[in-house]
Amino acid sequence: MPDVFDQLRKITLPLDEEVIASLRAGDLVSLSGSLYTGRDQTHRRLCALLDEGKPLPVDLAGQLLYYVGPSPARPGQVVGAAGPTTSYRMDAYTPRLIALGLRATMGKGARAMEVRQAMQAAGAIYLAAIGGAGAFLSGCVKACELVAFADAGPEAMFRFVVEDFPAVVINDAQGRDFYEILREARQS
Amino acid sequence: MRELSAETVTLALRDLAMAAAWDLEEDISAALAAARERETSSLARDLLGILLENAEIARRERLPICQDTGVGVVFVELGQQVVVRGDLMAAIQEGVRLGYQEGFLRNSVCDPLTRKNTNTNTPAVVHVESVPGDRLRLSFLPKGCGSENMSSLAMLPPSAGVAGIVDFVVDRVVAAGSNPCPPVVVGVGVGGTFEKAACIAKQALLRPVGQRHPRADVAALEAEILARLNHIGQGVQGLGGNNTALAVHLEVYPTHIASLPVAVNIQCHAHRHKACLL
Repeated sequence: MPDVFDQLRKITLPLDEEVIASLRAGDLVSLSGSLYTGRDQTHRRLCALLDEGKPLPVDLAGQLLYYVGPSPARPGQVVGAAGPTTSYRMDAYTPRLIALGLRATMGKGARAMEVRQAMQAAGAIYLAAIGGAGAFLSGCVKACELVAFADAGPEAMFRFVVEDFPAVVINDAQGRDFYEILREARQS
Repeated sequence: MRELSAETVTLALRDLAMAAAWDLEEDISAALAAARERETSSLARDLLGILLENAEIARRERLPICQDTGVGVVFVELGQQVVVRGDLMAAIQEGVRLGYQEGFLRNSVCDPLTRKNTNTNTPAVVHVESVPGDRLRLSFLPKGCGSENMSSLAMLPPSAGVAGIVDFVVDRVVAAGSNPCPPVVVGVGVGGTFEKAACIAKQALLRPVGQRHPRADVAALEAEILARLNHIGQGVQGLGGNNTALAVHLEVYPTHIASLPVAVNIQCHAHRHKACLL
């Protein structure tokens, strides 16, 4: 593992309140523990269940939701490639899930202002994983179980157990945005 | 005339689809390694190191480089002295289907309205061109949509000129930010019509990474856009540094006197492509 990644701050999932409050935009972290996954179809279906007043397949309160649609596992593998997908496609759904207690999301790319405001109001954070490093990140996934929406194929919802999964804090609970900080630094 | 069976085409495409997913070509691997050498940000250097390690793991374990194994884009150059026995288009789709199934690649193709997955990763998008000769060349470009979604097209007024072309391309790549997984390869199509510009922008991605256009003025334009992009400092994964783009490939085609179509097709650093000659 290259040098910068020797200094990753180790974080346990699900995140506890003190850890969330202490993280700052730009922090490099290494995640270990359990998280849920979901991308376009999972989000669409979670919100459809909410519309119908039905219960969700899992309680998202306090959890991290990772935007990923893994490739199929070969026999004997835990999971196939498992890198992040682009997060803005989930923006339309995210404030609603944060209102249910979701505390962290992870994907790649910037979030909409509405999502940033919802995160700041609820003290939630957003992380970026390494885009296009699906084979590398596959090795950080130690267990994978189907949770819901099996018929959505790669877009189903899974529960992962991860170990030393690297990520960057983009939006912290105080409302800072690392992409914005970098952009302002370039322009000044 | 030279005969080829449809099955030959199917098996060739199956093999290209699998190899493309887990065996990053030398041109893009070398471009990533060169980017790491000249990178000014230590974080970006480490990230580029991880991307190279990712490619190694993928090759060794036959695991996709990226879980988004893409929508298949197939370019066929069909020699005029070649006769394919059977249905060429069906043979191509069958090859893609087999490659994705046997290679444990992700099926990412769905109906655009119902969003229901076809579960075969077909249909692929197929472009057939008739060329001289008795060979058939297949190029397979599995296109991930984190980058494809950041692509765009403008019908500029001719008065916008070369400066307008450069500004549009730079603006699109900067606006894409970290969404398309930079460092990116930028395919640009200038001229033709609405669809021709888009098509040559995609074809430009088939050129070996960093190989300049044979026309000097086009090559100079590629160099100018690349320099501007890398000067801005968005960098690897949008986290800063001097490697936002690895290459800019620009193709031109004569256009209408009233028109200046410009298409920008962005490709991620996981620039997977394979070709074979039958």
